[in-house]
Amino acid sequence: MSGLSRDDVAHVARLARLALTEEELDQFTVQLASVLDHASDIEALDLLGVEPMAHPLEIANVLRPDEPHPSLDRAAVLAAAPAVQDDRFRVPRIASNPA
Amino acid sequence: MSPAPTPSALGLAAAVRSGERTARSVVEQSLGRIAEGDGEVHAFLRTLEDAALAQADQLDRAVRTGGDPGPLAGVPVALKDNLCTTGELTTCGSRILEGWRPPYEATVVRRLRDAGAIVVGKTNMDEFAMGSSTENSYFGPTRNPHDRTRVPGGSSGGSAAAVAAGFVPLALGSDTGGSIRQPAALCGVVGMKPTYGVVSRYGLVAFASSLDQIGPFATTVADAAALLEAIGGHDPHDTTSSEALMPPLLAGLDAGVAGLRVGVCAELVDDTAPDVAARVRQAAEVLSAHGASVEEVSVPELRFGLSAYYIIAPAEASSNLARYDGVRYGLRVDADTVTAMNTATRTAGFGAEVKRRIMLGTYALSAGYYDAYYGQALRVRTLVSQAFGRAYERFDVLLGATAPTTAFALGAKTGDPMAMYLSDVCTIPSNLSGHPAISVPFGTGDDGLPVGVQVLGPALQEPRVLRAAAVLEAGAPR
Repeated sequence: MSGLSRDDVAHVARLARLALTEEELDQFTVQLASVLDHASDIEALDLLGVEPMAHPLEIANVLRPDEPHPSLDRAAVLAAAPAVQDDRFRVPRIASNPA
Repeated sequence: MSPAPTPSALGLAAAVRSGERTARSVVEQSLGRIAEGDGEVHAFLRTLEDAALAQADQLDRAVRTGGDPGPLAGVPVALKDNLCTTGELTTCGSRILEGWRPPYEATVVRRLRDAGAIVVGKTNMDEFAMGSSTENSYFGPTRNPHDRTRVPGGSSGGSAAAVAAGFVPLALGSDTGGSIRQPAALCGVVGMKPTYGVVSRYGLVAFASSLDQIGPFATTVADAAALLEAIGGHDPHDTTSSEALMPPLLAGLDAGVAGLRVGVCAELVDDTAPDVAARVRQAAEVLSAHGASVEEVSVPELRFGLSAYYIIAPAEASSNLARYDGVRYGLRVDADTVTAMNTATRTAGFGAEVKRRIMLGTYALSAGYYDAYYGQALRVRTLVSQAFGRAYERFDVLLGATAPTTAFALGAKTGDPMAMYLSDVCTIPSNLSGHPAISVPFGTGDDGLPVGVQVLGPALQEPRVLRAAAVLEAGAPR
């Protein structure tokens, strides 16, 4: 068994910026535990010395020539934003006032 | 109603190129079929009628003035709605991108246009390509054209159904764990996942970047080869795009399988339904009758693929989908602070399956669990890859089922994520290794619904895989 608890799920939901209802928390705990239980077949394998494979291709640091070229049009990019002010993305305040 | 027969893409292109048919008439016919039949299927999220007809007229003028209209001249194509189309909605089946119009175009879309193909619409999909039935779309499910009570498979279920219903001869999908091949099998069409890196991912909305690959749906193997030829090849916009030259795929397609060493892979047959397994054995006999040497082979490491995939793909997704924060594009649900806004936006914008995968991935990457889950899954990925490598020393291609069963009923697996995930058990290993694989329609199951058999090959051996697929297509039970 994975030992995944309801508190674990509440914790990862907070990390992932997701708010869950009590009911969702119960349901997701059961469902995520069942996936992790299935993964116990690989947890049990002794793979010391096996190199991890993060990617199918053996490539690193693909570089292009350092030549200026046009990037996306600013107006076109900002047109997709939910809120814009002075050619910038507008967001709610990111820090609270000092007490 | 059985789906209307579709003329082949290559046949249509030849007719348009010779001036025998106008691109406009071909596109109008496709749009007409969609208008008439898609109410019941819901393969499309929207059509692009005006742009498609304008492009058709432009192409017809080119034909009249003696210009080269391209190898896919006038052929209607459907795009999965995770492929960026400039200024046109691209939703990924998600509420969080409901009104998003990309400021740039996917490389595959530009290449399609350069080849003369005409995009007629964007197709339904499981939200962010997470699912195996197209039931996870925010915009409602797609139905299987062969039986409206069944799913079309997923996540590219809209593209598969659009081709199966005869709305379009070609469509593009994306395949992260089987999302082209599994719906192709369930809808009775050809679907191929190319070698990782053969098709540029620039403009494909990311799910799991080390696994995602764009590929073709078609009614024939030759059409699928022509579509892959059109979209493949190096793209400087995608740093993982292969520098290897795209080999010709159509030339040599009918060269046959004499002398080809085929391994019938026990792990891709034994756990499938008896009617599906019987079709795979029958397919092996067809290859054998055409001169291939056919042997059974066991690659036991493939059995660990599912567990590794359902750690790796969610881990990558949890990172990729962090970008949906309500700041730069997509939905925003307002709140007093930026953190509360991020949370309110993501909570309202993502559906249950996407939330499950994000949380699973976040958990697998979190302190204390990283090595036990993510690290271990990456080591299993090495095992799977090496096991394929050893198998391909003895065999030129492997043969198996594409999906464990024929199309299942709508709603049958929505309550049990693990049961849904098992639909991908035969397709996932090729995504882990990055190898090419194709699903070819091969008769029906006991329920009369389509069965797909899968041909797998080593990296960059698309010509060989397609050649075997062409023999299976010709020898498929009618």
